[in-house]
Amino acid sequence: MLTRNRLLAGTAALVALSLVGPAAAQAPIKIGELNSYKVFPAFLEPYKKGIELAVEEVNTAGGVLGRKIEVVSRDDNGNPGDAVRVAEELLSREGAAFLIGTFPSNVGLAVADFAKQRKVLFIAAEPLTDKIVWDQGNAYTFRLRTSTYMQTAMLIPDAVKLKKKRWAIVYPNYEYGQSATAAFKKLLKEKQPDVEFVAEQATPLGKIDAGAVAQALADAKPDAIFSSLFGPDLAKFVREGQTRGLFKGVEVFNLLAGEPEYLDPLKEESPDGWYVTGYPWSELKTPEHTKFLSAYQAKFKDYPRLGSVVGYATVMSAAEAIKKAGSLDQEKLVAAMKGLTLITPFGKIQYRPLDHQSTMGAYVGQIGVKDGKGYMKNWRFVDGKDALPSDADVQKMRPKN
Amino acid sequence: MTLASILIQLLNGLAAAASLFLVSAGLSLIFGVTRIVNFAHGSLYMLGLYGTYSLIQFFGRTPLGFWGAVVLAALAVGLVGILIEVLVLRRIYRAPELFQLLATFAVVLVIKDIALFTWGAEDLVGPRAPGLSTAVEIMGRRIPAYDLLLIAIGPVVLALLWLLLTRTRWGALVRAATQDREMVGALGVDQAKLFTSVFFVGSVLAGLGGALQIPREPANLELDLAIIADAFVVTVVGGLGSIGGAFLAAIIIGVAKAFCIGIGTVTWFGFEVSFSKLTLVVEFLIMALVLVVRPYGLLGKPQAAQRATEPAPRLQVPSWTFALVWLALLALVPLAADRYTTILLTDIVCFALFSVSLHFIMGPAGMVSFGHAAYFGIGAYAAGLLMKRFGLPMEAALLLAPLVAGLFAIVYGWFCVRLSGVYLAMLTLAFAQISWSVVFQWDSMTGGSNGVFGVWPSAWLADKTTYYYLALVLCGAGIVFLWRVLFSPFGYALRAGRDSPLRAEAIGIDLRGFQWAAFVLVGALAGLAGAVYAFSKGSISPSSISIAQSTDGLIMVLLGGVETLTGPVVGAAIFTWLRDVVARNTEFWRAVMGGVILLIVLLFPQGLVGGLKVLVARWREQRA
Amino acid sequence: MSQAILQVEGLHKAFGGVQAVADVSFAVSAGEMLALIGPNGAGKSTCFNMLNGQLTPDSGIVRLEGRDIVGLRPRVIWRLGVGRTFQITATFASLSVRENVQMALYSHAGRLRSLLSRFGAAFGREADALLDQVGMLDQAERTCGVLAYGDLKRVELAIALANQPRLLLMDEPTAGMAPKERVALMELTARLARARNIAVLFTEHDMDVVFTQADRIIVLDRGVLIAGGTPPEVRANPNVRAVYLGSAH
Repeated sequence: MLTRNRLLAGTAALVALSLVGPAAAQAPIKIGELNSYKVFPAFLEPYKKGIELAVEEVNTAGGVLGRKIEVVSRDDNGNPGDAVRVAEELLSREGAAFLIGTFPSNVGLAVADFAKQRKVLFIAAEPLTDKIVWDQGNAYTFRLRTSTYMQTAMLIPDAVKLKKKRWAIVYPNYEYGQSATAAFKKLLKEKQPDVEFVAEQATPLGKIDAGAVAQALADAKPDAIFSSLFGPDLAKFVREGQTRGLFKGVEVFNLLAGEPEYLDPLKEESPDGWYVTGYPWSELKTPEHTKFLSAYQAKFKDYPRLGSVVGYATVMSAAEAIKKAGSLDQEKLVAAMKGLTLITPFGKIQYRPLDHQSTMGAYVGQIGVKDGKGYMKNWRFVDGKDALPSDADVQKMRPKN
Repeated sequence: MTLASILIQLLNGLAAAASLFLVSAGLSLIFGVTRIVNFAHGSLYMLGLYGTYSLIQFFGRTPLGFWGAVVLAALAVGLVGILIEVLVLRRIYRAPELFQLLATFAVVLVIKDIALFTWGAEDLVGPRAPGLSTAVEIMGRRIPAYDLLLIAIGPVVLALLWLLLTRTRWGALVRAATQDREMVGALGVDQAKLFTSVFFVGSVLAGLGGALQIPREPANLELDLAIIADAFVVTVVGGLGSIGGAFLAAIIIGVAKAFCIGIGTVTWFGFEVSFSKLTLVVEFLIMALVLVVRPYGLLGKPQAAQRATEPAPRLQVPSWTFALVWLALLALVPLAADRYTTILLTDIVCFALFSVSLHFIMGPAGMVSFGHAAYFGIGAYAAGLLMKRFGLPMEAALLLAPLVAGLFAIVYGWFCVRLSGVYLAMLTLAFAQISWSVVFQWDSMTGGSNGVFGVWPSAWLADKTTYYYLALVLCGAGIVFLWRVLFSPFGYALRAGRDSPLRAEAIGIDLRGFQWAAFVLVGALAGLAGAVYAFSKGSISPSSISIAQSTDGLIMVLLGGVETLTGPVVGAAIFTWLRDVVARNTEFWRAVMGGVILLIVLLFPQGLVGGLKVLVARWREQRA
Repeated sequence: MSQAILQVEGLHKAFGGVQAVADVSFAVSAGEMLALIGPNGAGKSTCFNMLNGQLTPDSGIVRLEGRDIVGLRPRVIWRLGVGRTFQITATFASLSVRENVQMALYSHAGRLRSLLSRFGAAFGREADALLDQVGMLDQAERTCGVLAYGDLKRVELAIALANQPRLLLMDEPTAGMAPKERVALMELTARLARARNIAVLFTEHDMDVVFTQADRIIVLDRGVLIAGGTPPEVRANPNVRAVYLGSAH
């Protein structure tokens, strides 16, 4: 018995020792990045490349505050509990100056709340949820990406123009789909009071029964459809809907479907004429995008996806914030982020002091098919600041800090 | 719904049922004969899709290319199944029950990363079936011609399987083994060959199920877990080992989903009821209903009583000095280690109680739970909601949360203890999924898919080290309490009931009553673990009730060793620590994680602690 | 022989149209060893399982010391004083021999619901006394799972005696034992039964055991009682010879 106890006690000591990590190194400025790499690889692999490119550019240009930057990435497994733990690891063990990243809204919100508790700057890269800057907004959290509300609002003018009366809605059944649907219904109703929502399908994320859903929508005889599906759900819906003739004579609006991540897999079946938000990367001729595109293609021998832009712009925001703050003090960093402006591949953006939302815009257009591939046609850029509710409305939603 | 739309939704449901049936039939065969709960079956389905996609690229989109790819991919998946059986599972058939589940879980991780490495992260949309790419008009509605083919394939495969099972010697053996595994061993049949062949056939069915989906479903990396839960549900609803039952169940579930979608949103008495949202959980509702009414599924038969070939080993009374040494060491860690170590240990301590409570019910009490996260998650939500929505002080919320979890365990347990074996396990899963879906949907109360935020401890506990001590005290006390109970008359009665329900009843023990009480007890303590966890994170999300959380618990218990008391604690520590280390340092961390688990499985078929004990015993023998 | 402990009248049980037990009536008295014999499939086990509550008869009366026990659960019947051993032994394989007996003693005393006291602290002496009686005291520490079959049968007997039963139901108590052991076990049973005034009903394949140990024998064939009486009477019964002794045995 004694031997066994000794053995096990020894193991205990060893384990305890091995848990104690090395002290954080001093040289480069570390930025803690966490994301659900294995859960959403289609979006996050290009995102990671965007990060790498930005780090390289910042460091080639001499870094910030005379130091190089280093992004330390962690996989949060798509789980808020794990995310909070790795966030802590990044801060306390890696000595990260602050946090960036996250993808799904529940993880983003959990890390935002953690940042508030820990009094650390957090730049949410991808979560689309409106709550992260509004209902659940806090002093330490900023968000780069064009939010659900903003992207929905960008589609509204086209929807209103078509004067369709009977709308059917399909959305993935979780925060993003729910808020997109709520925002769309509210905004459209405001502009077009006689609109009727004739069917609403909430499908489990990644598990849509596309045939049945297409049929149910067709049964409602809509004039137009608003969808916020993406990924495999979108691909299945497009195929079933086309085979079943659901889209004949029906206008379809689909958030995000113009993003290469979700559009490219559709290939020759890309639904012609759909109104979407997205990223027509091959057609953008602005100098800031051309610069980004050629650097990206040179480095990775691949074209950028939207994720690449998000990853790139997030790191650039972080670097600019450090420069502007002139220090790694959290309060100074937060102060620097408020109203921070920088140039991204999508042009100039500003992190609004009002709600910490960036004014990054998005491209709105229609899907076309060319050479067996989908692309965005008739597109236009909508600046994010034009797709936000009034300041008074935002103030009402955002809790007083 | 009009008559036409009812008919079309019926056809949609039948088409959806086809692949589900193929996959489930394979799972049912494998389970029936080998008693292995094969988590990797969904991965085989996923490989079926990927394989078909690649083969069609290679052969071209001709009818021959398409169907050749489907058949070849299914056969190739069958070979993968053989590989899994021969390389991994065959070596651990003698391990304690369910240990193989751990191995198949590791295989899931490995296959997922292999698929990511081979086919990349982007969804691969397959071609339509040549010649069947258009729609057929039925009652003015268009239905894809390919769906009609799928509807026909289901019964054809059913008939072929039926012939195979009833008209061949192989089939007779499979049926005999499904009814009574030991009998087949006694008949002098080469079990290894039988198992391998069953794995091949089962895997081919999974592969075929996937291959046939290629015109309907983009190949992607989420398919494995998306199908596996449904396949288990179908298998259990149909009755384990019953192919006809699986067919029936697949149709019921496929059609039920299609009708939920078809009905859409209905207004009843001024309330809007969205049936389309029910698709989140409808299969689990059906399963719960079926199991409550028919404890062996629709067409299943009670299994022949398993003659205990190897009884569970005696439990050793934990040595209190040993426990104290550990507690003291753990209490000292924050003095020496950095802040993060303390936080990681807080996680480990919570999961240790979670896994010890799961071990209590599945080991000594003999009731395997696939849905233990229900109580962990309910505890977490109860703690958070009592504080945020009902304004209770954090301390009160923390202490009341286990009671709430216990209350749910009273209700769920009452139904569960009426079943046994895998049926019981699946009913616990059904309740967990139903709880999950309620939490997921009830935005106004639970925050829906986002969860609850700002669940931080009171000021005096806010410091991470202080909170760690709180977690250590509460979870440590929970663990010691459960261990203590195992050696009380109550705990002995549970072990007695696991060993021989017949004898227990014959000496006046109300076994169900005891099992029910055990359910409530571990439910409450898992709830405590969840509550402590919630306050350590500051937020709670539905993933704390998810299948993944339940699986984590199983992995921890099995990894450490179900036959020892300390096993679950060690399992929780190793698993949490491994995930932390592996996920940090490697890009393909899932494969590495799977590889490590496989290594442990093959080296220590009794689990880590069980294996360590064997090693220590051997070492002592040599010295003596 | 004194008063009847068990009285069975007109017991019927059919499984899906097959009459397993039809109109079976008999009685066992205190201190009496009654053997129930019959060829395989005669309905002995069905009969047994109706007596201790595992099966509910389609009709008929089962009285234990005058009280109707039809429809009661096995655990309730046990509390009324019926001990049981099984054709295939049923013991708690992961517990020690002593703990097996203690389990029955705890259950009898209604003390299993305690969560914090240590099992085994009580009834140690009583358990040892019972094990001594069946000759298993020297193996009290061993785990039941590793015992020889004959020893398990003895442990079962000790368990069955733990609640001071009025009636012992023993289904094939000597199956799987060596011939010498069989007689020894049943002699032991008979001795204990007489000393404690317990009624014993047992089924048995070994005719040596039956005819040397039973006070009375009843014979079941295809669910029907075809004979009953003392061993010499049964041996002489032509019906029995025809259906039973003439058969394989």
